[in-house]
Amino acid sequence: MALSKSNLNVGDQHTEQVVENLTRTQIIQYAGASGDYNPLHTDEVFTTKVAGYPTVFAHGMLSMGMTGKMLTNYVGDGRLTKYGVRFVAQVWPGDSLTATATIDAIREEDGVQLVDLSVSTVNQDGAEVVKGSATARIDA
Amino acid sequence: MATDHFPVEAGHIILFARSIGDSNPIYHDAGAAAETEPGHVIPPPTFVQASAQFTDGYNLRPVIGQPWFGSGKEPTGIQRESTGGGGGGTGFHAEQHYEYHAPVKPGDVLKAVDKPGKSWSREGRRGGSLQFSESITEYYNQDGALVVTARSVGVQTSRVVE
Repeated sequence: MALSKSNLNVGDQHTEQVVENLTRTQIIQYAGASGDYNPLHTDEVFTTKVAGYPTVFAHGMLSMGMTGKMLTNYVGDGRLTKYGVRFVAQVWPGDSLTATATIDAIREEDGVQLVDLSVSTVNQDGAEVVKGSATARIDA
Repeated sequence: MATDHFPVEAGHIILFARSIGDSNPIYHDAGAAAETEPGHVIPPPTFVQASAQFTDGYNLRPVIGQPWFGSGKEPTGIQRESTGGGGGGTGFHAEQHYEYHAPVKPGDVLKAVDKPGKSWSREGRRGGSLQFSESITEYYNQDGALVVTARSVGVQTSRVVE
């Protein structure tokens, strides 16, 4: 269901847990679906012995995709007009992520009702891993 | 990531939605999708990133018959060339931004056109000196309509990110 302008206020928030105890298998699923087979995300031997990290870590785009799930659940299917993020910190196997959208503005542009959102995803320690913004069409 | 032929397929959308943990029926159930506002299956908002599957020479996909820098029984010692942008090369993906102009659906065949972006550098707190590079990709459908604009920022670090 799409959002309706009459029910929205600046400062409104929508929060969802988008993953609990992220598995290496889900990271591998994302590699296979997206086509990004960088061994840093899937290959423990390469990542620890060659690249020097403690273990594999998630693609930034997996965190963006999971955060996008929260957004589309909130604003409705096919309603996003913009979605962008910065990857603030790495996401590791075992992490649990919670994504939040906050309404920054409700406005009209060329006769279209829009909502501007800030987006933030944090891990189980409260550390931000993804920070961004989005715009979506809403009903009058 | 440029490609002349990025077929948007229902099965690929299902796999992609599963991988991001999204059980929304609009991604996997054509009957349910027909009852939604778009009226058909659509891909998740970040799906066009999977155009990497169809980009010739994409350096994060093994090429049949050629050496790969990931491990076998042990590390191979194979080095790869460094490239900027989009998480490629030895760098990281720093930012990703999308603008959605028109709907995408299974059966569409997209063409992705890369455009040059800016480059800049600064000193980072976690990874030494940081070299940023931006790339812009425009996705057009089979009717020539611009459907998605993607802007990717990649960063090359001078040491392991802590």
